Amino acid sequence: MSALLQLEKTTIRFGGLTAVSELDLQIGRGELVGLIGPNGAGKTTAFNLITGVYQPTSGAINFDGQSTVGRKPYQITQRGIARTFQNIRLFPSLNVFDNVRAVFHLHLHGDVRHALWRGKGYHAEEKSVADRVLELLEIFQLGKFRDEPAKSLSYGDQRRLEIVRALAAQPKLLLLDEPAAGMNATEKVELTRLIRFIKDKFQISILLVEHDMKLVMEICERIAVLDYGVKIAEGKPDEVRANPKVITAYLGD
Amino acid sequence: MNFRHAKTFLLGAIALGFLASLLAAKINPYWLFILYDIGISIIMAVSLNLINGYTGQFSLGHAGFMAVGAYTSAVITNQFGDLNFFAANGIFAVALLAGGLAAALAGLLVGIPSLRLRGDYLAIVTLGFGEIIRVILQNMDQVGGARGLSVMHGWTNLFWTFGLAAVTVYVVASLVNSTYGRGFIAVHDDEVAAEAMGINTTKYKVTAFVIGAFFAGLAGGLYAHSKQFLTPGGFSFMLSITFVVMVILGGMGNTVGVILAAILLTLLPEGLRMLSGIEHLPGFTAERPLGWIGDTRMIIYSLLLIVLMLTRPQGLFSLKKSFAKK
Repeated sequence: MSALLQLEKTTIRFGGLTAVSELDLQIGRGELVGLIGPNGAGKTTAFNLITGVYQPTSGAINFDGQSTVGRKPYQITQRGIARTFQNIRLFPSLNVFDNVRAVFHLHLHGDVRHALWRGKGYHAEEKSVADRVLELLEIFQLGKFRDEPAKSLSYGDQRRLEIVRALAAQPKLLLLDEPAAGMNATEKVELTRLIRFIKDKFQISILLVEHDMKLVMEICERIAVLDYGVKIAEGKPDEVRANPKVITAYLGD
Repeated sequence: MNFRHAKTFLLGAIALGFLASLLAAKINPYWLFILYDIGISIIMAVSLNLINGYTGQFSLGHAGFMAVGAYTSAVITNQFGDLNFFAANGIFAVALLAGGLAAALAGLLVGIPSLRLRGDYLAIVTLGFGEIIRVILQNMDQVGGARGLSVMHGWTNLFWTFGLAAVTVYVVASLVNSTYGRGFIAVHDDEVAAEAMGINTTKYKVTAFVIGAFFAGLAGGLYAHSKQFLTPGGFSFMLSITFVVMVILGGMGNTVGVILAAILLTLLPEGLRMLSGIEHLPGFTAERPLGWIGDTRMIIYSLLLIVLMLTRPQGLFSLKKSFAKK
């Protein structure tokens, strides 16, 4: 069985700057991989390449047996890659329930005509969507906030809601962009538990971009390290921690 | 708006429009025409609200779509002489639909640049579009050019006006309250996040434009067959602004508020006109003591808008959570 996500010599240049250079990265099914590196190493750029926000200058990106190069972000999400954002991007004028519900259009059988006719099928489908949204919210203890505007949640809850929203797309691969940013120690412990829980419960692969070493070392099975757009190390947390190149990249020589 | 009883609302409103049209002969014609204006304003404002309010695409060209619908329907009905009741309404329905479809096509054309432009840039493009329509009409001799086009039939009545206003409200409210339609609001809130959540933002924007333009086209047809005279100048961008004001005053993305704002802003100038026409008031010796309102009517109107925006920037009728409805 081939890997779920496979980047082969993926490169992107912005004018004279090579932001990501010949990146090889594989993520297997059900695997939790970390992507780390100093500021400006190209982690978020790599993310944007995978999600279709940027197109690679050269190289290949395959997801679930198909190339994603040239696909729009929404098409890639429909194929099974969902993401969260470094700076939380919820839909501020929707409530908690509708933030998740908006994503469920991916799983609708009916289209505009359905919504306009408002027949039996429409009501049955809306009911089932509502049930599934609430189920998802309950799993993450957000059910009690269902009618609250998304913006009124606490920072930690907003992060959680963003993850729930991404899971509503029923992805095979979940990309988390610095989920621990701005969190205090207690919230980070909570987040660690949450990520493990998601992986076990939903049986999906996760790619985690993160600054917080402790968190990454603790939960990732494999870690890739980027520096100036080049992958300088990859391996188990202990191997990466001991790698002199990684230490140099972070601390300088 | 809780839209669980959507179909009841729709059928009820249409039936009410039908009953009202039977009583139309008893209504003072002056008020009848104001009622038509109100219905047309509701259609225009509610359909614009789908584009500007819910989807967040700032369009300044709604009068352009209205012009397309008005001229298209008028050209069709002008082909016919006097017809009996059924034939007249049948032809009128076809003409209205044709006007709506022509405007929808125009909406599709404007929707295409909107794929790449945002905010003020899109506003300029739609503004330009509205002006292009006006200038084209002004130079088309087949429809009278700048001299205007007489519309032979005054077929607009309360049934068509409020029936179609009800259909507009039904369509827009059903759409945005559905799971599918939450995508419009998602596009409004954050395009990048919407795209990342699998929402085809381009398709949603174009859908909003096409549906909004379709109803503006219908409203144009009603307008043509109520005024019975069309000039290109009547569809200038000032008219678009009027509808934008209704949307903003009603609270962007709040259908009930926008309907109320459309009614209020249509009645306001007429109400001020009536005040100035009062012959005697107790306590005043002069004739027409409020005559000064007549001269300063539009200034008062503008001042009221300024005051309303300063005191209720979220919209006159906006509730705390305009979108946050199940």
